Amino acid sequence: MSLILLTPFDLALAAGLVLLLALLSWRLHLGVERRVLVAAARSAVQLSLIGYVLHALFATTHPALIGLMALVMLAAAGWEAMSRQKRRYRGAWGYGIGTLSMFLSSFSVLVLALTVIIGVRPWYQPQYLIPLLGMLLGNTMSGVALAMDSLTRQAWDSRGPIEARLMLGETWDTAIAEIRRDSLRSGLIPIVNAMATAGLVSLPGMMTGQILAGSPPIEAAKYQLLVMFLISGGTGLGSTAAVWIGSRRLFDERHRLRLDRLQPADGKG
Amino acid sequence: MAGLRLQGVTPRGLDAVDLELAAGERVFLSGPSGSGKTLLLRAIADLDPHPGEVWLDGVRRSALPAPEWRRRVTLLPAEAHWWADLVGDHFPGPAGPLLADLGFGPESLGWAISRLSTGERQRLALARVLANRPEALLLDEATANLDPPNRERVEALVEAYRVEHGAAVLWVSHDPDQRARLGGRRLVIHDRRLAPEP
Repeated sequence: MSLILLTPFDLALAAGLVLLLALLSWRLHLGVERRVLVAAARSAVQLSLIGYVLHALFATTHPALIGLMALVMLAAAGWEAMSRQKRRYRGAWGYGIGTLSMFLSSFSVLVLALTVIIGVRPWYQPQYLIPLLGMLLGNTMSGVALAMDSLTRQAWDSRGPIEARLMLGETWDTAIAEIRRDSLRSGLIPIVNAMATAGLVSLPGMMTGQILAGSPPIEAAKYQLLVMFLISGGTGLGSTAAVWIGSRRLFDERHRLRLDRLQPADGKG
Repeated sequence: MAGLRLQGVTPRGLDAVDLELAAGERVFLSGPSGSGKTLLLRAIADLDPHPGEVWLDGVRRSALPAPEWRRRVTLLPAEAHWWADLVGDHFPGPAGPLLADLGFGPESLGWAISRLSTGERQRLALARVLANRPEALLLDEATANLDPPNRERVEALVEAYRVEHGAAVLWVSHDPDQRARLGGRRLVIHDRRLAPEP
């Protein structure tokens, strides 16, 4: 069994479905036809571009270029994680906490996987590194964004109870401990759910792709399992780091709750 | 026995405050709403960043870790907040006698916070503060939501605690009768400054 190559005509047929959806939206006055078309066009352009970029990258295997690509992916993930926050940290922290946490977790899990588990040679071979990093970053990003959003929202809403504990002489980490645990849990729930339902409800995207490309299903399942374990490790580490740094930043050295370090909900200031 | 001394404490909305309370002294503070009474108490408890220094019994605040300072100089805010489900979860040690002084039986430790009335919350918050044995008390409207019998209970308990432990008490009170009845030094915020009440 080998990969059947898609022709532009095949893709055009599939795109017809999107056009149908846009038509439906127009007829039913859903008002999303423009957004559907723009999103479809964006995905076409972005995916074609990344296809060419990866094609060039796989041909060179130049460490500096691969590093640059990894950094661009990290920067985009950091931006996305920040834009999902209702109340962001002011200044560089808003971007920095999430990005640093994702860097620490995704990159360390990635290097571990490439060198010890899979044993790719050289370990930075882009055919393995880039897709794995993409999956790690994508999932870690969701976990970090959920956890930080929960942390800052709850701290904002619970100012009274947190300060009540501080007034009685508790330390900052006791006063925020429950909120911290709760935020970490909300960051971990998506990947835990994904692991629990994998194979029952849906075939994960990566496994589907490998099967379509002609891999034996057993091998595809093994790779999918590996990736899920990597993702859960990465998400756990990343969310923990983000919640730890984030909650520390909510207090100063005199154990005062510093909500002035968050921006108002409308994102201004 | 601990006195409290403020030097150059400048919360938002007030000029620098210098004030000295002897051990076991009670000072009332009043002033129009928004004049900075609450912010002054919060500043003394080191809850907001501000310039100035406070001494408790000759020990500089900045020389102590903030949690220890707040255990010794404790603010009772006007609105009491609770973080656990039951009253008893907020009392790490025995609280029976304190609760009895405020008119609560031992069963009150099993009550759900969500079912307390405003007045019950206010009295229980005082018990929670005193159970920590603070050396100085900062009271913000400690009797605002209480009926006369409970107001008297709270006043009697604070007075007994102040005398027994020699605690300095800075008490924000809107109630002129209360300030006159209990007596002692009375200050009012006027034009961003603390002045003796006329």
